[in-house]
Amino acid sequence: MSDTVSALLAGVDWAAVAILTPLAGGAAAFVLPDRARAIGVAASVTTAAAAVALVWLIATAGPYDLAVGGWSAPLGIRIAADGLSAVLIGMTNLVGASVAVHAALTGRQTKPVAEAGVAAWGFWPLWLLLLAGLNALYLSADVFNLYVTLEIVGLSAVGLAALSGKAEAFKAAIRYLLVGIIASLVYLLGVTLLFAQYGVLDLAGLRAVLVPAPATQFAMVAMLAALAMKSALFPLHGWLPPAHGNATSPVSALLSALVVKASLYIAVRLWLDLYQPAGLGDDAIATVLGVLGACAVLWGGLQALIAKRLKLVVAYSTVAQIGYLFMCFPLWADGREALAAFVYLAVAHAFAKSALFLACEQVQRTLGDDQVSSLSKPELPGAVKVTFALAAVSLVGLPPSGGFIGKWLLLESTLSHGLTVWTVIVLCGTLLSAAAMARVLARFFAPEGQAAAHPQVVGDAASWRFSLTPLLLAVAAVGIGLLGAWPVELVGIVGTAQ
Amino acid sequence: MSGTWLPLVVLSISLIAAPLIFATAERRVVLRTTINLCAAVLKLGLVGYLAWQVAFEGARYAWRWPMAAGFDLVLQVDPLALLFLSLSAGLWLLTTIYAIGYLEDGPHRSRFFGFFSLCVAATTGIALAGNLFTFLVFYELLTLATYPLVVHRQTPEALRGGRIYLAYTVTGGVLLLVGTVWLGSAAGSLDFVTAGNPALASVDHITLIAIFALLVAGLGVKAALFPAHGWLPQAMVAPAPVSALLHAVAVVKAGAFGIIRVVDEVFGIALTVKLGLALPLAGLAAFTIIYGSLQALRQDDLKRRLAYSTVSQVSYIVLGAALFSPLALIGALMHLVHQGLMKITLFMCAGNIAEAVHLHKVSELDGIGRRLPWTMAAFTIASLAMIGVPPLAGFVSKWYLAAGGIDDQSAWVVLILLASSGLNALYLLPILHRAWFKVPTAATMVAASGRLEIKWTLLAPPLMTAALVIGVGLFANAPFSPLSWARLIATVEIPQFPDGLIR
Repeated sequence: MSDTVSALLAGVDWAAVAILTPLAGGAAAFVLPDRARAIGVAASVTTAAAAVALVWLIATAGPYDLAVGGWSAPLGIRIAADGLSAVLIGMTNLVGASVAVHAALTGRQTKPVAEAGVAAWGFWPLWLLLLAGLNALYLSADVFNLYVTLEIVGLSAVGLAALSGKAEAFKAAIRYLLVGIIASLVYLLGVTLLFAQYGVLDLAGLRAVLVPAPATQFAMVAMLAALAMKSALFPLHGWLPPAHGNATSPVSALLSALVVKASLYIAVRLWLDLYQPAGLGDDAIATVLGVLGACAVLWGGLQALIAKRLKLVVAYSTVAQIGYLFMCFPLWADGREALAAFVYLAVAHAFAKSALFLACEQVQRTLGDDQVSSLSKPELPGAVKVTFALAAVSLVGLPPSGGFIGKWLLLESTLSHGLTVWTVIVLCGTLLSAAAMARVLARFFAPEGQAAAHPQVVGDAASWRFSLTPLLLAVAAVGIGLLGAWPVELVGIVGTAQ
Repeated sequence: MSGTWLPLVVLSISLIAAPLIFATAERRVVLRTTINLCAAVLKLGLVGYLAWQVAFEGARYAWRWPMAAGFDLVLQVDPLALLFLSLSAGLWLLTTIYAIGYLEDGPHRSRFFGFFSLCVAATTGIALAGNLFTFLVFYELLTLATYPLVVHRQTPEALRGGRIYLAYTVTGGVLLLVGTVWLGSAAGSLDFVTAGNPALASVDHITLIAIFALLVAGLGVKAALFPAHGWLPQAMVAPAPVSALLHAVAVVKAGAFGIIRVVDEVFGIALTVKLGLALPLAGLAAFTIIYGSLQALRQDDLKRRLAYSTVSQVSYIVLGAALFSPLALIGALMHLVHQGLMKITLFMCAGNIAEAVHLHKVSELDGIGRRLPWTMAAFTIASLAMIGVPPLAGFVSKWYLAAGGIDDQSAWVVLILLASSGLNALYLLPILHRAWFKVPTAATMVAASGRLEIKWTLLAPPLMTAALVIGVGLFANAPFSPLSWARLIATVEIPQFPDGLIR
């Protein structure tokens, strides 16, 4: 059966569809603001379908590789995708389409509360631009295209972060913008240094000629530092909690689940396919990244444990989860086993975190605020509680969730030479995140009788429209763990172009 | 092969019952009760069928699902799995009946019974786990599913008890996780194999000792081994059916069962002894036995006294597993069932006392036997069995444990058992004395509202378990008795089983 499906799918260039559909949709949503929601959902869902087709083809027929317009590198642009890109494309589009559907389902209800509303005229064009940027980023095969797409992603993300209209959100967005611009410049500096030395930009070409010269090493450090900054690696994470915590909920979901993964992906791509094969990726740099990741796990876990606002708990949990992803770097010294751990942690986090942020919206609507202490009020719908519980299971890494598989694989890599300090860090991080999540979940069982004197439920905030998508995303976060072994095989598909 | 699916079906019954019950509206009592009882009866029937097939046809069933972690999710039916499975399935039915009566008209019953089913599903998974990976998956699920039951009353004390419970069990779960991952990465196999997994032979001893310590530490939290027992007395704030579940059916048993699996089917008792790990484990268990009993002596709160008694009694199982003797293993396996029957009886009786006359302290129970004669009769039987009075359940398991100690050339075990029995008598007999021989006070003679001393749903389950306590002791040699079943297991677990010892 899979052969027939593959033959049917092979006729269309799904990668191009995945990049061009959101671009066209974004432009259409911008010029037709009255139809923006319909256009936005249609474009997101179409893109997701194209992405699924692309992932299917990569899984069955091997890596994707295309020289745009028939011009091959170094003159032309190449777009390519291997297993790693495929998984991240799948993640981005499935989570993205779910968030888009959620935004459309809840959009109509937003009008009574101006400050909590998704400003429809801005959201849809920016989101579709972001989606196009993300898809293009995962399909890029040269360091300059990676820069351009990262810039598109960064700028549309800043625009989205500012949308909520709150003063804090605007301040946070400006900070986010400044961090993004500085990081981009540093990254561009690295790209320039590489181009000045070798005259090539595409990854396969660079890999062939790269030598461990001081200037190359400097370029590498600059690029990795810039990407770490964009990914909010401790201690450069300060911009993330306010930006994610003050944006509207769908935007927080997108930023936390998808945007931080983009820069992380570039770091992983450059590390595994460029620096390490060229003999540049020495242990010291990997260890530094790993140590910072470990600090992020502990610091983010601690902050999530003491944060008073629910969205800040969730945002700091992102800081900690990014720490785990950076902890994979030193574990790659022996080979690529930790790549599966990285992918599982990243994908499970995307689903669980988007579920949590989207569920926060309903919390805010039904309870009037998002203080952790308010969660014991009886107005909270049951679906939100289930969503929180399932997402927490995956974030903490309890079985059988995707987060559990990721944590298992990560622990396995740390233990391959016996008990190491990395193992202990993963343990402490797990306990911290368990404590943070338990603190939130325990509120659902707090003593009753605190019903608000004035029910603050706005409109039909308790309706299924608010709870459906987060619940499905949380179920998916847990279900990913039960998918069997094929995602690991998919990640193992290696291309030559990237 | 059609039987492949059977383990999954057994698991699914309670796993599917849970969401159905969650979705039932609070006031649909009949519907909820029907789902609950149907699931429990269906499961018990299926377990009975499986037991028949395994015992007489020699059948084995296994269902596998590959996971990305590199190990399969394996559910398999073997004699050891069935021992625990039939205990949990049988007591689930009785506890459900009891809980339906106990929580009548209480709030959040759909939530309660939903998590109750989830708990039993997790216990089923633990029983059926065919490797340590699967065991871990359900062990963690059990932690999560039990928390809402512990905090069911939603009082500040309940939340505090729940917090302590989570702190202990999540930490234990994480230690177990590390041990399991490490073992998987070092040995390459996590399967449960009778008499020990041969893959462990390739691992160096220091690593094995570290892994064993991690696994036992993780399992010891739920088994309430000293010093990780602290959560158990705190979890007493839970309603009586939950205490019964924690102490007899699910949580502590999951820990003890896990230790048996690890000692006998992962490491193998021979390797455990060779690594020098058996004696420390037996010593820790022996210490916990005495320590728990001494603590129980000091408690005036009835449920706390019973809780410390559990700390002590569960360690009998661990002690038996740590001795290199088939007789000790038989004792341990049997006590897994016997302790469950005895302790669930005691807790349901304590629940009846609290429900009927609202008394919680031992010192207030003067003459309670007049007001609750049937309840106290059940309590008395279970207490005497706990002390080890022949021919009741506790006597048979203690007999085998002591014989195992002598067989292992560890005569000190007999002393521990004797001391513990003495202490059991010291903390249980005063309750009986008060109940039957002291003059009733006004508080204990609050009149019953119905014809019976208490609702039949609260009376029938402890009476049935009390009858079982007598039955498993009196008819210990009958087929399908815990003793015969334990023999069936022990003959394969310990290879050099001397024939003369079986009878």
